[in-house]
Amino acid sequence: MINTEKVYKKIIGIGGVIIIGLLLSIFITLFLNSLPTIKKFGFKFLINKTWDPVFENFGALPFIIGTILTSIISLIISVPFSLSLSLFIGEYYRDTFISKVFETFIEIIAVIPSVIFGLWGLFYLAPIIRSLQLKFSLPPTGVSIFTASLILSIMIIPYATSIGKEVIKLVPIDLKEAAFSFGATRYEVVKKIIFPYARSGIFAGFLLSFGRAIGETMAVTMVIGNSNFLTFNILKSGNTIASIIANEFTEAVETLHLTSLIELGLILFLITFIINFFAHFFVIKRKIIEI
Amino acid sequence: MKIFKDRIFKFLIIIFTIISILPLFFIFFIILKKGLSVINLNFLLSLPKPPGETGGGILNAIVGTFLLIFIASLISIPLGIFLGIFLYEYKKRKIGEICYIFIDVLQGIPSIVIGIVAYIWIVKKMGHFSAFSGGFALFLILLPIVIKSTKETLDMIPFDLIETSLSLGITYPRTILKVVLPCGMSGMMSGILVGIGRISGETAPLLFTAFGSPFLNLNILKPISSLPHLIFTYTMSPYDDWHRQAWGCALLLIMIILSLNIISKIIVKKWKIEF
Repeated sequence: MINTEKVYKKIIGIGGVIIIGLLLSIFITLFLNSLPTIKKFGFKFLINKTWDPVFENFGALPFIIGTILTSIISLIISVPFSLSLSLFIGEYYRDTFISKVFETFIEIIAVIPSVIFGLWGLFYLAPIIRSLQLKFSLPPTGVSIFTASLILSIMIIPYATSIGKEVIKLVPIDLKEAAFSFGATRYEVVKKIIFPYARSGIFAGFLLSFGRAIGETMAVTMVIGNSNFLTFNILKSGNTIASIIANEFTEAVETLHLTSLIELGLILFLITFIINFFAHFFVIKRKIIEI
Repeated sequence: MKIFKDRIFKFLIIIFTIISILPLFFIFFIILKKGLSVINLNFLLSLPKPPGETGGGILNAIVGTFLLIFIASLISIPLGIFLGIFLYEYKKRKIGEICYIFIDVLQGIPSIVIGIVAYIWIVKKMGHFSAFSGGFALFLILLPIVIKSTKETLDMIPFDLIETSLSLGITYPRTILKVVLPCGMSGMMSGILVGIGRISGETAPLLFTAFGSPFLNLNILKPISSLPHLIFTYTMSPYDDWHRQAWGCALLLIMIILSLNIISKIIVKKWKIEF
């Protein structure tokens, strides 16, 4: 007689092979297809600031800087908002109707497609930035690294909030009550009890939203201005790794151009891999504290 | 002073909370205002006019979006449920934990990178852009969502249920298939619908896979248009009429995505099995 349970476990076990195989083959595919660029430029690819498809001189620095600028600025803008939302939903108005309403709003922000944020940003946010650019006597295009960061900051709020509110809800009630019984105000409880306790979870939330900001493509492509020159001025046009790929991938005819874009994709893949891996580590650490 | 600080802090939290959802209202107001005037039967049921001419519709994009979703769901739902069961069965083992992290990583890969992978695996092999390659890219995005919702739903099913079934002499695989999976149906369905809502708004991976086409097309081996991709091309075009139509597309897309999410919430409420 065949042991059905053993056969079942074996068949189900194939799942592990599929999952690991899928992720490995994505990595290997990206690596193999960017080999010509890796061979030609090596590590210089990361610090070369020219991107010139005509003379086949490719460097990723303008896009790496652009990605770092947009994602860090957007994270900084979004932090006070997502922290307030987490506290509002998870502590101050916990389990009330009003917090349910705000939770729903945040969920809706999360499902709005990136391309619609881009559409809105281009026609309604860019004119505001345009007046700002005129003040600094820059070309008033409206599209800039700062415009992209603003859009991104709205888009990533839900990611940090959804984790933040959960870990804040997990703070044990007796700890908070003990503090209250000593005459602590709510502000002190938040500062001395909730933040230290939920720290690693909140941090994981920010890490994840940072990862989202790095990989976000469409909205950024539409409002960043798509300039391939290195700049640190956030009111000027720029490009991120994701937006240069979106812009040039279909136009790339030369092999080296295409493989350079694929190597940019590989860089993006590795960065988000590391970020997600670490975010997991932080959440796991939180779970251990819980026990 | 202490109480004053407390008050200020609460006030700040309320202010920041309200500001953070203002953009949402702003976006919705504008999409409704600009989109409603565009959408009519002719807009929904006719094909685009050549660039620069006014009029025309978005039928090709609507059909394309549904075809792409269909291709993606067809592969990722069965595979995702299978892999979800794997994660559930192996959750106490090292391999299961590693695979769970890998699924999270897979979900975190930017969609543009997924697009590159689909391009290399399918477009490059076939030699041309196609609806199938676009559907494949969306499949890679949908897969981790289906896996996670399956695993999380199965986790919530009490072990008593499995024990009861086993004590009746039913084999373990049959218990999973006939008892556990049907119980988790509502949770899995709602997860899948949310996932479909997410892929229906994806643009980046379609740029160099499905590519877009102004013609009505049902052949999965040919390029195909889709709503989010159309919004992108129309927005970036220099024509005012296309800008106007982009808002109509945006309204339609938002309505599709919101109704998918609302249906998923209703399913969770209506079909919820209490243990």
